[in-house]
Amino acid sequence: MTTAVGTTPQSPPRPPAPARSRRTGPRAWATRAPLLPALVFLIAVTQLPFVATLVISLFDWNSLNPDKRAFNGLDNYASVFTDAALRDSVLTTILLTTGVVIATVVIGLALALLLDRTFFGRGIVRTLLITPFLIVPVSAALLWKHALYNPEYGLLNGALSWVGELFGDTSPSQPDWIADMPLLAVIAALVWQWTPFMMLILLAGLQSRPAEVVEAARLDGASAWQTFRYLTLPHLRRYLELGVLLGAVYIVQNFDAVFTITAGGLGTANLPYTIYQTFYQAHEYGLASAAGVVVVIGTIIIATFALRTVSSLFSEEANRA
Amino acid sequence: MTTTTAPAPAPSARRVLRRAKRRNTALGLLAWAAGLVFCLPALWMLLTSLHAESDAATNPPSLFAPLTLDGYRAFFGSDTGVTPWPPLLNSLGASFFSTVLVLLLALPAAYALSIRRVRKWTDVMFFFLSTKMLPVVAGLLPVYLFAKNAGMLDNIWLLVLLYTSMNLPIAVWMMQSFLADVPVSVIEAAQVDGARLPTVLARVVAPMAAPGIAATALICFIFSWNELLFARVLTGVVAQTAPVFLTGFVTSQGLFLAQLCAASVVVSLPVLAAGYAAQDKLVQGLSLGAVK
Repeated sequence: MTTAVGTTPQSPPRPPAPARSRRTGPRAWATRAPLLPALVFLIAVTQLPFVATLVISLFDWNSLNPDKRAFNGLDNYASVFTDAALRDSVLTTILLTTGVVIATVVIGLALALLLDRTFFGRGIVRTLLITPFLIVPVSAALLWKHALYNPEYGLLNGALSWVGELFGDTSPSQPDWIADMPLLAVIAALVWQWTPFMMLILLAGLQSRPAEVVEAARLDGASAWQTFRYLTLPHLRRYLELGVLLGAVYIVQNFDAVFTITAGGLGTANLPYTIYQTFYQAHEYGLASAAGVVVVIGTIIIATFALRTVSSLFSEEANRA
Repeated sequence: MTTTTAPAPAPSARRVLRRAKRRNTALGLLAWAAGLVFCLPALWMLLTSLHAESDAATNPPSLFAPLTLDGYRAFFGSDTGVTPWPPLLNSLGASFFSTVLVLLLALPAAYALSIRRVRKWTDVMFFFLSTKMLPVVAGLLPVYLFAKNAGMLDNIWLLVLLYTSMNLPIAVWMMQSFLADVPVSVIEAAQVDGARLPTVLARVVAPMAAPGIAATALICFIFSWNELLFARVLTGVVAQTAPVFLTGFVTSQGLFLAQLCAASVVVSLPVLAAGYAAQDKLVQGLSLGAVK
């Protein structure tokens, strides 16, 4: 995956170019030594299990039937793509991820633009806005499920009653949010949690915009919209890409919200949840592993672009230094 | 409005200025409104946690019901005798020890990636980053099987190892950018005086990069504290963490909303404290150091 990074960032001139003789000598190892513990640890804990997953994915292995474990080639992969439940969860994952990412980027951009100015209490507003991100994800999911969505006493229906009372409506509509729109309910809770993340990235982007250029555009009589369209947006492009890609990588992996709000029911089971269930409840080890490999391949495709974006921002920083 | 103050701008310019000011005030108010709307569910959680159960679950909501700490008392086991302390302490232990281990591994690694750089250091950086993008669910089964055979199921030290690997890439990326700001001359001076690498790291580099290291630690702590999937699969009764405890909390029927909100507030408090403390560096950690 690392080879996918097209543009190798130019290193700043600080370290003198290592002489050829140092490449393999004891001094080269002395330079590498501080790096090795972290590298070895990470390879052992993250890469080895994945190799094991690859191997297990080629076996017919149900732990309730351990005697029948047998090599079956790519059969599990065929099952992944033909099994209706797994196919549905691929679609759910795509809907969930794109829905959350698009909504958070749009709302996050609006909030970042609002915060990119001086006004009274700006620091407090920023703190208020990042609070959703600092609620433990399980707590947030429980909060939305029970305190907001509950059809009898949730805040959403409570607010509808209030509004109804205000307009003299004696029987205001009281939808059962999770049952009526399960996927949307999960998406809304996740949008609430992840919008601060997008806002912070985009705000950092807005604030790295060179002030002189914006000032010059204003003096030249550019309207606010023109400044936004022709200066701010092009400058933000890479920050938007970064937010979208990192957001996608995090949301694809979401487990907490689906597990807590709907327990994967009502057509909201995404791939991580389905894999969890296939292995933890159905004990289909081979099938779960094959599904895991499919998720990894999907993630690698997104991650390749994410890494390229990080790389270009990174090289910009390095060149500036 | 034609006060004759000294070199005032031309009337039309002044009017433009005034309009800009009014617009700024309006947008400031809009920002405040947005902030409050966003915080509303969290504030609602706090308010509900301070209501009696009978006032918490009403429709329309009872905003001004009397406040009480009964929800918190119930959460800490006043009725059932089941205390949440073991899971809270498990979460604390797993998060704390994994954060310490992350820092011990990441600090020397960041040194080799920023101060005395290895060859192809950018490739190494991107290798660290790419492991973060591998979905954890794909490695879950082998880890489970390993833990089962090694007798490490339901053991917080297994979580410590896993959380360390989960946070190590973030920590390496953040620390690399902080250590790059430490002047080389200071480090060279220490080395001329005969200090060896561990001493240099502990006595020279760490104190100079302390704010950055603290922010890194807080972010690693948050991610470990929040984690659910590993903890759910790999722990049972003994090593259960706070998020797992929370998911199992909603079992009883009847009125429980105030207690649930109290539980959510208590479990979220460490994250809120750490997050507000690390606010300025939060974005750098979340974007894996790509955004400063």
